[in-house]
Amino acid sequence: MVQKLDTLTETPSQTAGPYVHIGCIPSFAGVEGVYPEDLGLRAVEQGAKGETITITGSVHDGTGWTLRDAMLESWQADAVGLYPGQDGADPKVNGFCRFAADKDSGEFTLQTIKPGAVPGPDGTWQAPHIALWIVARGINTGLQTRIYFEDEDNSADPLLARIEQRPRVETLIAKKTGDGQYRFDIRLQGDGETVFLDI
Amino acid sequence: MPKWMPRMTDARLIPRDRSAHPVPRDPDYKTSVARSPNLPLLSMPSTLTEETGPVFGHGLIGALDNNLILNFSQGAAPAIGERILLHGRVMDENARPVPNTLVEIWQANAGGRYRHVKDTYFAPLDPNFGGCGRTLTDENGQYQFLTIRPGAYPWPNRGNDWRPMHVHYSIFGQGFGQRLITQCYFEGDPLIDRCPIVATIKDRSQIDRLVAPLDMARAKPMDFLAYKFDIVLRGRRQTMFENRPEGM
Repeated sequence: MVQKLDTLTETPSQTAGPYVHIGCIPSFAGVEGVYPEDLGLRAVEQGAKGETITITGSVHDGTGWTLRDAMLESWQADAVGLYPGQDGADPKVNGFCRFAADKDSGEFTLQTIKPGAVPGPDGTWQAPHIALWIVARGINTGLQTRIYFEDEDNSADPLLARIEQRPRVETLIAKKTGDGQYRFDIRLQGDGETVFLDI
Repeated sequence: MPKWMPRMTDARLIPRDRSAHPVPRDPDYKTSVARSPNLPLLSMPSTLTEETGPVFGHGLIGALDNNLILNFSQGAAPAIGERILLHGRVMDENARPVPNTLVEIWQANAGGRYRHVKDTYFAPLDPNFGGCGRTLTDENGQYQFLTIRPGAYPWPNRGNDWRPMHVHYSIFGQGFGQRLITQCYFEGDPLIDRCPIVATIKDRSQIDRLVAPLDMARAKPMDFLAYKFDIVLRGRRQTMFENRPEGM
């Protein structure tokens, strides 16, 4: 026998299920009037500094089918790379946003500003990125990933550098489709499978 | 004005012990088969991105937000069902309380029907039950909801699968890397051991962590029963021998 540790084990995850919207985005589920508005409606408020961008995409399963019941959350820094809460961070940047795949098309849209680079481990800098968390029926533990941008210098990013199979880096890079417009598709499984994170 | 206020963190998150969690792919939970990654996750120490996260203020929370019996009708009429207090404590892996963190719940009504455009089960909707609630933990990590016990319901999976009575939980913690969604089950429900979603957790002692015991000490005579559901989020690594600039 050995001494007993006084640490605890994390509570296990369970799937968010198909009705996650009731709790997280009630108006999407058709539940109105409990809260004045859904939580996390806007990543940024009017007047946030930086380049306004729109990221659209969808979440595909291993057969290529588009999920209609996924819910996503994003977390990001402001235009100079400060997270809400850090001294000097842009007060118009909430940083957090919640959005759902459309129940008919499966498309999601994130309207925000492009974040700045943020400090990484050991004096490195992380290229501009947005953290994503994806939950849905059939996803037993929420999936973490990141959105990077194809028109930024991603060459020294410490997370991207850890991806052994270099073509897979592309799965984390949003493609520019127009002025301030990006496309980011998530593939849960199979060809072009998105790199998911344990971080 | 944003409805959440900032908070800083200063230590790396403890890496997640994946054996404490469900397997991603379980053929008995059919939807997981095509929705689970085939390739390994990319592991890396947490960064500022995961160590920071949204913080929500008390201004967000309305007086009835944690009262699911009354919040859909805004106090006009109570929901139908067995009245229960669902309470507990949010802690981290270092056994420290997680104060002022947002806890959101959602659930079916007493008949096992969700108020959701996609739920077509023929059990009736309760005109006075919406099925969502939220609250912030207090300085000791404690939270409570007043609600009704949700009904069990059938779902399309294998030939005759039923979900045990359960309440869905969403918890934020203080960093985006602590984010957790789980489900609370109820002591004594025979459907727990028959549920393929519960069974995605392979460690029996971890399943037990999701079963709320009846808590008569918190029940109110002639009013409601109580169940206790404690939650543990990822903790932060202790850094006594490792100084680094705040936020790095």
